[in-house]
Amino acid sequence: MSESKAPAATSGQAATSANVSPLGSEHLPDAALSIHDMTVAYHRKPVLWDVDIDVPAGKLCGIIGPNGAGKSTLIKAVMNLVPRVSGKVLIFGKPYEQNRHRVGYVPQRESVDWDFPVSALDVVCMGCYGRIGWLKPVSQKYRKLAMEALERVGLADLAKRQISQLSGGQQQRTFLARALVQNADLYLMDEPFAAVDAATERAIVEVLRELRANGKTVLVVHHDLQTVQEYFDHVIMINMRIVAHGATEQVFTPENLQKTYGGKLTLLAEAAHALAAGKRK
Amino acid sequence: MSYVTAIASEDSLWRALESFLLLRDYNTRVVVLGAVLLGAAAGLIGTFMLLRKRALIGDALSHATLPGIVAVFMFATISGMDAKSLPLLLVGAAGSGLLGILMVLILRNSTRIKEDSAMGIVLSVFFGGGIALLGIAQRMEQGHSAGLESFIYGKTASMVASDAMLIGLVALCAAGLSMSFYKEFRLICFDESYARSQGWPVLLLDVVLMAMVTLVTVIGLQAVGLVLVIALLVIPAAAARFWTNRLWKMLVIAATAGALSCYVGTLASAMLPDLPSGAMIVLATSLVFALSMFLGPAGGLVHRYRTYRKLQRKIARQNVLRAIFELVEHGIEDTGVPQHIPAVSFEAILTKRSWNRRHLARELRRCQSGGMVVHMGDHHWRLTTEGLAEARRIARQHRLWEIYLISHADIAPSHVDRSADMIEHVLGEGLVAELEAMLDAGKKATPPASPHSIGGKESGDVAHA
Repeated sequence: MSESKAPAATSGQAATSANVSPLGSEHLPDAALSIHDMTVAYHRKPVLWDVDIDVPAGKLCGIIGPNGAGKSTLIKAVMNLVPRVSGKVLIFGKPYEQNRHRVGYVPQRESVDWDFPVSALDVVCMGCYGRIGWLKPVSQKYRKLAMEALERVGLADLAKRQISQLSGGQQQRTFLARALVQNADLYLMDEPFAAVDAATERAIVEVLRELRANGKTVLVVHHDLQTVQEYFDHVIMINMRIVAHGATEQVFTPENLQKTYGGKLTLLAEAAHALAAGKRK
Repeated sequence: MSYVTAIASEDSLWRALESFLLLRDYNTRVVVLGAVLLGAAAGLIGTFMLLRKRALIGDALSHATLPGIVAVFMFATISGMDAKSLPLLLVGAAGSGLLGILMVLILRNSTRIKEDSAMGIVLSVFFGGGIALLGIAQRMEQGHSAGLESFIYGKTASMVASDAMLIGLVALCAAGLSMSFYKEFRLICFDESYARSQGWPVLLLDVVLMAMVTLVTVIGLQAVGLVLVIALLVIPAAAARFWTNRLWKMLVIAATAGALSCYVGTLASAMLPDLPSGAMIVLATSLVFALSMFLGPAGGLVHRYRTYRKLQRKIARQNVLRAIFELVEHGIEDTGVPQHIPAVSFEAILTKRSWNRRHLARELRRCQSGGMVVHMGDHHWRLTTEGLAEARRIARQHRLWEIYLISHADIAPSHVDRSADMIEHVLGEGLVAELEAMLDAGKKATPPASPHSIGGKESGDVAHA
């Protein structure tokens, strides 16, 4: 939604004074994304505990952790797609509702039905809907923008193709193009590298670097530990809670990897289970 | 005597048909117009519901309308109002239908029951309750409930001008909403979480869609009946998907298919007045669906079979060409256009693969009519210049893929032939270019040497023409 149409903040918590971060002094005032003491639960079962991080602007940031660690949940909670039990999230110093036009989301590829009757260009145009606003059709101007985004990911030739006729990698790039056309400042990408071909992986990495060169911030849920150091300059390691976060060369260490992947924190998982069971009638 | 009545009824049948096709009398016009508009509205809204994967909620809704209809009828009878007033009955229908949906949502959200079971429970309980109420209503002293059954199975003939106008209003509303919220509906149907991340009020848009489903269902009760009204929402939309890959075309086709089915169904039930119109309309939609499923160009069965056959033909042709090429490969110079291409015997080609004589002979004739090979007489065949170029290209793709499998996928050389056999026919230009780059094969037209010994008779009995 465009800025003017975005609904007003629901409470006074967004009131920020000029130089004091609303989260307190320990948080960076100019962070692209600040999460303060956030706990997230699915059906009352907590899946992420006490997340407390800042992601500085202009970074390529990888989110890594084992299956079920809450990587996707983290970025969904930032966008209010899953309910937060507690905590605060600020995007460039404002609540999500006020700054959502600055956020570009790339969902997991499997989250939609690719047999849907639209073309690749139609999907990319969806990234413009917020700026177009209610009821108005997609004009030529936005089609052109969408074409440019498709060109950036190397799919201009396939713009008119129905999306089920695209390969998995091409579908992933279509999603990426849809986020690009938003011209956002913070990108949240849920496993864009999952099961893609080499050409797509190269294309995506190139786009990520281009985004960083333009001062954008990108958070990427990532699975392949081999490429973490090559792709990301910032890394968030999670396993139901934040294990470590910071510059890749500082936190991407064997000890932290051991803490993230080796041996589940069974106590957290059990406590979550007990909570869910206790509250269910 | 029976002969005379047969003539008479046949005569009246024809007159009914004629009056229908020409829309001669006023009543026919009203009924046809109402039914057609209903079908179009249901097609439009059904398309969005189908794509939102919520099509069946309409079924729970329609079954849940019955207790509302009967309860309103009984209440109106007792309090001395006009118990046959359609708007009044429809208000009752909508009320209990929405109550049913509400129950589904409550069951789904606050118990461990999943949505499909919740719909099953609500649908049957409400419908059963409605039937029980209907039994009581029919025993009531005052008023007569005779018309109520038509809500269960549908009776288009009972439609009057004001009903048709009501349907027209709803259809207008459906068309208007589909056009103005086209972009928004498309977004939430395709990718709900992205829509929410962008701040679109998904819940509100869902409520608008659901309200339209309710309206269409309720006005459709009279014509199609509550048991079958779901068919009008689902079947035309499902049929339309076989004709196009574009949403707006799908909407137009679904609306047309819905309108057409309703027209045909109404016609059939007018000519055979003993048959309930709901059943006739549903049969008409299934006819449209069956046609679409077979003939539709976007995934219809005939289309898919044709595509499959085309690929099979292509594979057979390419196999023949590669077999001949491998037999003559060493007989022609590596560069430029060869001066003469050797001919090979039918028997030699036959040993190259496990194909039978008839099959090979047929494929050779097909290649001949395609200008790829020529018959030299005495069961000998020769590649044409064009055929040679094509054969070279195929052999090259086959071997590039084999080399790739051996060098990059660690597959034993003795096993690669088979898997390459499948892939070579479908390698696109992009993939071939990638293989070339990876294997450093360059752009040469000449295929690399085969990484394994070529099957069949190695030397072949090559005869020079």
